[in-house]
Amino acid sequence: MRSTIYYKAKKTSENIIIHLFMLTVAVTCIFPLLWMVSSSLKTQETIFKDMSIIPKALHFENYYQAWIQGGFGRYFLNSLIYTVAVVIGIIIISSLAAYAFSRLKFPGKNIIFFIFIAAMMIPIQGSFVALYVLLNKLHLRNTPVGYILCMINVGLSTSIFLLKTFFDKMPKELEDAARIDGCSKFGIWWNVALPLAKPVLAVVVVFNALNVWNEFILALLIFDSRPLMPLQVALITFQGEFVTRYPLLMAGLTISIIPILLLYVLMQKYIVKGVTQGAVVG
Amino acid sequence: MRYGKFLSILVIASLFLFAGCSSKPYSGKSITVWHWMTDREPAFNELAKRYEAKTGIKVNFELYAPSDAYSQKVRAAAQGANLPDIFGILGEKRDFSSFIKAGFILNLTPYMLEDNAKWKNSFFSKALAVNEFNDGNSYAVAPGIYGVPIDIMTIQMVYNKSLFKELGFNPNRPPQTFEELLAVGKKLKAANLEGLVSGWGEIWMIDCLANNYAFNIMGKDKVIATIKGEVPYTDADWIKVLSLFKQMQESGLLASGIVTMVNKTAEQLFANEKAVFAFNGSWSVNVYKGMNPKLEYGAFLPPKASDKYPMAIWGGAGSSFMINARSKNKEEAVKFLSWLTETPQQAYLAEATNNLPANKDSINKISDVMASFAKAMDYATHPNVWGVSEFSPVIEAFDKGIQSIIIGEKTPEQVAAEVQKIKERELAKKR
Amino acid sequence: MKFKSTLENYVFVAPAVIIFAIFYIIPFISVFQLAFFDWDGILPTKIFVGLSNFKEIIADKVWWQSVWQSGYITLIALTFQNAVAFLLAWACDREIRMKNFYRLIFFIPPVLSEVVVGLVWQWILNGNYGILNYWLTQFGLANLAHNWLSDPDTALTTVAIVHCWKGFGWGFLLFLAGLQTIPRELYEAARVDGANSWNAFKKVTIPLMIPVVVLVAILTILGTMQVFVLIYTMTGGGPGYHTEVPVLRILASMRGSSRFGYACAQGITFGVILCMVSFTQYLVNKRAKA
Repeated sequence: MRSTIYYKAKKTSENIIIHLFMLTVAVTCIFPLLWMVSSSLKTQETIFKDMSIIPKALHFENYYQAWIQGGFGRYFLNSLIYTVAVVIGIIIISSLAAYAFSRLKFPGKNIIFFIFIAAMMIPIQGSFVALYVLLNKLHLRNTPVGYILCMINVGLSTSIFLLKTFFDKMPKELEDAARIDGCSKFGIWWNVALPLAKPVLAVVVVFNALNVWNEFILALLIFDSRPLMPLQVALITFQGEFVTRYPLLMAGLTISIIPILLLYVLMQKYIVKGVTQGAVVG
Repeated sequence: MRYGKFLSILVIASLFLFAGCSSKPYSGKSITVWHWMTDREPAFNELAKRYEAKTGIKVNFELYAPSDAYSQKVRAAAQGANLPDIFGILGEKRDFSSFIKAGFILNLTPYMLEDNAKWKNSFFSKALAVNEFNDGNSYAVAPGIYGVPIDIMTIQMVYNKSLFKELGFNPNRPPQTFEELLAVGKKLKAANLEGLVSGWGEIWMIDCLANNYAFNIMGKDKVIATIKGEVPYTDADWIKVLSLFKQMQESGLLASGIVTMVNKTAEQLFANEKAVFAFNGSWSVNVYKGMNPKLEYGAFLPPKASDKYPMAIWGGAGSSFMINARSKNKEEAVKFLSWLTETPQQAYLAEATNNLPANKDSINKISDVMASFAKAMDYATHPNVWGVSEFSPVIEAFDKGIQSIIIGEKTPEQVAAEVQKIKERELAKKR
Repeated sequence: MKFKSTLENYVFVAPAVIIFAIFYIIPFISVFQLAFFDWDGILPTKIFVGLSNFKEIIADKVWWQSVWQSGYITLIALTFQNAVAFLLAWACDREIRMKNFYRLIFFIPPVLSEVVVGLVWQWILNGNYGILNYWLTQFGLANLAHNWLSDPDTALTTVAIVHCWKGFGWGFLLFLAGLQTIPRELYEAARVDGANSWNAFKKVTIPLMIPVVVLVAILTILGTMQVFVLIYTMTGGGPGYHTEVPVLRILASMRGSSRFGYACAQGITFGVILCMVSFTQYLVNKRAKA
């Protein structure tokens, strides 16, 4: 018979191996972040000369410079609005559709779903010109609405696919109970299915938010006027055709990833606690 | 989920706000310019302010960068008939000719020739040539001048004077012949220094140096005959051009990783004195100044590999503006560009942005290295003035082939044969 | 009544279908048409060439090399990246210290801009003064030290590994979300039945995670086959054609050579290849389940 000491030792050594593995991966992830932040505190002259992570002189004014010269105030707000609008749009539209694909019956269901999935596979680069001409005809070019609708479309297929997979996995009993209680289909979707899907909804939120937050090619195509542009466009002003102002670029990049990391921290709660909350609803 | 409702109301409300400000009515006269030149945005805005103060006409410079995105936007806008009054076209002369044939670009010849060709004569002729189509050009475009050069650039070699001295060479005498260049390469191994850095991962800079040597070895006429399909790439002279890259690699001259290097990395290395040579354009003066103001360096022509023909380098208009032929404001646009290229404005642009001005009267107020880049204009040529264009797949195969030679994967003869095969395929398609 | 119910069901998919039809299908139709034309993207005249763009693609060696190369990167991502992501998610799902910290850290690479990733990895991998070669030399492996990105033997694998590093955070997140939806009671029940942790893993975790694994696999295939920004910033497709991928080829046809019709045909061809790959995978899964 093996003693409890053996099991404890085994458990500890297991944990050490796991931690070693996780720490190794973690170091590779933190390093670029540290490099970015430390570069943002250097000057154009020292950035590739002084390779130390903690620079000799800290130039915090780079952040102020980046904010002012990039016109971050305006673009930050724009990006925030676009991101919130697109993410809310995608969550509602794709969860409705995914729920229908998973639970409801209607003719043509499989074909429509297949078309959505096939759409994920064709590279979109070729369709930009056609999209531009279309938006022009619809008078949506150079409008936030046009941009938001395009970005909703970009995230739709993947989100539907993700959500459907998780809806398929979820137990049907709760929905049946709600139906017997006289809940409408929309009532079940809103009150039963969505709360149960919180972990994956959180993933969809983070995925799409990051997508919109980092997008600029479509924005440059659709918008003619600069006041409508998103944040990434401000970052490009530091990456000149010839001269890249690295410290300002790094400062700008650091500023720009903060909201996404915050959102991720916020959403983690749902990814991790999702199950217990779902159980409470039941 | 309660917040959801609140947020969506907020979003919808803000959308209306946006819609409100995006549909501003046109008031008074204004000209819109689309450009991609991030570095020059502040200077352009300053000039726009001066112009408005002088004439009352508002000029909006709209920046779309990076240049790939800009290029795509201009093409899309052309399809939607939304081009602005003034814009620039990036890419090959063939694309430029398509824009003209589609009726998007105004022929500026009559304006250039007014007052005894006063406007035309203010430019470096080589800067203007890039925007010119001659009689009987192979693109079937009506002859004329279709663009206004804003600045000029040349691409040549630079060398680090202090490292050169360290290696035991005369810091004021850069290599004059290809053999001398290779001799420097052989010394590098012992000194543990990088030799030549350049953005050869972005293939056009390889193309540039290879063409320089092609002009040097076989002369302009034979290069053009090759493009026309009269001389094959398997010709001994072309193999000689390709072999130069093999020799450079074997002598140890080329920096490690040069085949995947982007030019900005090359500039970091040269500015931080990690490399002895760089093959780079006149814009680099500004870049090096920002990264290492104390850098001691000089510019020189790529050392000649043959005495038969003169060395040529690429140079000409760095950037040009075109006028929308369908614009309601084209007369105002012409006036603005003509003002922009007058001596005081050109001098201001040159000073504020460290680029070489296209107006030849504004060139006297520049630094030494800058002056040698300007002087190199005498040796300059550019694919856009040759009157013929090589097929893009051929250019790609040629440049990627040189990468393969440098990494020792293919011989110059193999690359020449492959390029010729693609050339013949494209020629056959055209017939 | 039945009719009304079906109609109601259509209301669920209607918003998605409408947006999709306008902003995806309509532009797609014009892309599809253009694939049969020779057009430079500028001139008003388009020349109908029938299937000749597709014929040229079939003979385009560089194109097929790029397809195989993206397949190779995908294979590495499917195995290496997803195995690491799964292991990390599994470890984070357990009662382990600092798991909140790890969960945050593993999400940094997906958030980082490609500019930073490109610069940092170039610095790590550089031939002469890169950190990787420095450490290799320190550990007596100096003969392995070389320029990782410009050697044709290592360029593609190096790029693939950086891609995996950039993307594993998504797999990690999805696996974690999946593992979290497994009720704890099932593990308890398994333990009561005397199963050790390996058996519990095999009997409880794996069967319940199969749908998520399939999902991650499909998303990995789609994400990796269409990768290009990272490669463009790291090698530009070189040396030679050794790190070319299909989307880079499509962009090259559109940009450099102004062969818009050809680019559209390449996009369609690639879409068909991807559909076939995904459909095969779907069939294999279905058979595995049955």
